[in-house]
Amino acid sequence: MNSRNFNTSIKPIVFLLCLLPALVLAIRLWLDKLGANPIDAIADSTGEWTLRFLLIALLMTPLQKFLKWRWPTHIRRMLGLFAFFYATLHLITYLWLDQFFEWGEIWRDIVERPFIAAGVAAYLLLVPLALTSNKPAMRMLGKRWKPLHRLAYIATLLGVLHYWWMASGKSDVSEPMVYALLLGLLLLVRVRLPTRT
Amino acid sequence: MLIKTKADLTEADVTPEHIYRDRRRFMQQGAILGASTMAALTAPLALPRRAHAQSPDLVQSPFSTDEDKTSYEDITTYNNFYEFGTGKDDPARHAHRLKTSPWTLSVSGECDKPGTLDIEDAVKPHTLEERIYRLRCVEGWSMVIPWVGFPLGDFLKRFEPRSSAKYVEFETLHDPKQMPGQRRPILEWPYVEGLRMDEAMHPLTILAVGLYGKKMPNQNGAPIRLVVPWKYGFKSIKSIVNIRFVEKQPTSSWMKAIPDEYGFYSNVNPDVAHPRWSQARERRIGEFRKRKTLMFNGYADQVASLYAGMDLKKNF
Repeated sequence: MNSRNFNTSIKPIVFLLCLLPALVLAIRLWLDKLGANPIDAIADSTGEWTLRFLLIALLMTPLQKFLKWRWPTHIRRMLGLFAFFYATLHLITYLWLDQFFEWGEIWRDIVERPFIAAGVAAYLLLVPLALTSNKPAMRMLGKRWKPLHRLAYIATLLGVLHYWWMASGKSDVSEPMVYALLLGLLLLVRVRLPTRT
Repeated sequence: MLIKTKADLTEADVTPEHIYRDRRRFMQQGAILGASTMAALTAPLALPRRAHAQSPDLVQSPFSTDEDKTSYEDITTYNNFYEFGTGKDDPARHAHRLKTSPWTLSVSGECDKPGTLDIEDAVKPHTLEERIYRLRCVEGWSMVIPWVGFPLGDFLKRFEPRSSAKYVEFETLHDPKQMPGQRRPILEWPYVEGLRMDEAMHPLTILAVGLYGKKMPNQNGAPIRLVVPWKYGFKSIKSIVNIRFVEKQPTSSWMKAIPDEYGFYSNVNPDVAHPRWSQARERRIGEFRKRKTLMFNGYADQVASLYAGMDLKKNF
């Protein structure tokens, strides 16, 4: 198989792999294997997968540049869109299963609680990125596309902060710390990369 | 034939469920549990009456709620007990390391008869009651748990506290070998909690040694724990080894860890939000929609007078 074929055939496989966490979650919910508090388990899982996919998506460019592989650029968009997919599931879990669309409560939550505000801000930053992740939008935006999509770093930073602030109320930030370190590493690599390819 | 009273029905309601829920675990553990342990466990539980030798026959309490009880499985698999890890399922997975027999409980401080007692001697003089209480976790979920225990006040009186005893301080066992969560400095170990003297002597406050009519599972704070139903769950300290009568307000582990977010009183209060989340509503485990959180967790009639004139926003 030549490299061009490999680069295109990898896509459906990655697509299915990216769906796996959602599938596992759905099956565990169906089988009542999410424990005593399934709604919390769904919120935790979708939140964590959002951060994981954001970090994996951000890893693709460094991989491509350092190892001269082509395939990371081919799946980067899909990974980013899956991060948005899990973020949307996470947000819906909050709006529906946690708040039951009581908009007054939700608004108070956003205004009064920094960790909720950080999460909502992270999501709002991801929306334009998801909307402009197609070829026509790229063409239309031209040179402005790249700086716009650097917002992914800010969104991930806010996402990690969201997790950190929530966990520190329970005195255990060991898990958000792992995400923070990985993001720090990715940012460091970015700084040391040549700005132009 | 007797027509059963409501209290009897509640009791009858409890026993079959625990037998049903627990048969498999009981059989699995049966071989492991020594005969002497079993005797020690069932003897005090069967003290009041021996009419039904098989099932613990417990005195029912007027303080019990008739709300639907949370299942035994949920109560024993969804726990906050940081000594065994910070995940909800960590305590159920790791608490088997805890050795609850022998167990000594020491009572000291501002009292005339301090002492160190075996757990059996600590429990023996008391009549065990079933207390079906709501439990509200500070994280926003709640359960209804049929505890087995006796009033803390009755226990404390045995040590003849002096008038200088204004507060009671409690300590959990500190042994990282048995409690692997203590190997990480998440909280200052051992876990410390405290009550004001009148809170400790209040008839709702109990020392619990079991739930669902059987011995306290390790993950729920075996062999003996505090239950203060009108306060957030973390006040109800587990696996107690030390009790001290003190003059000054104790500083609890959570007050030390995050003083802005966790106060001494920690009364359930829907109007005082935790800085990171609202406390207005809660998810009762097993229910889909959230329900409104009640002032003092629904025990306002019994305990509101303890806090008359206090600013509960300041004294959170």
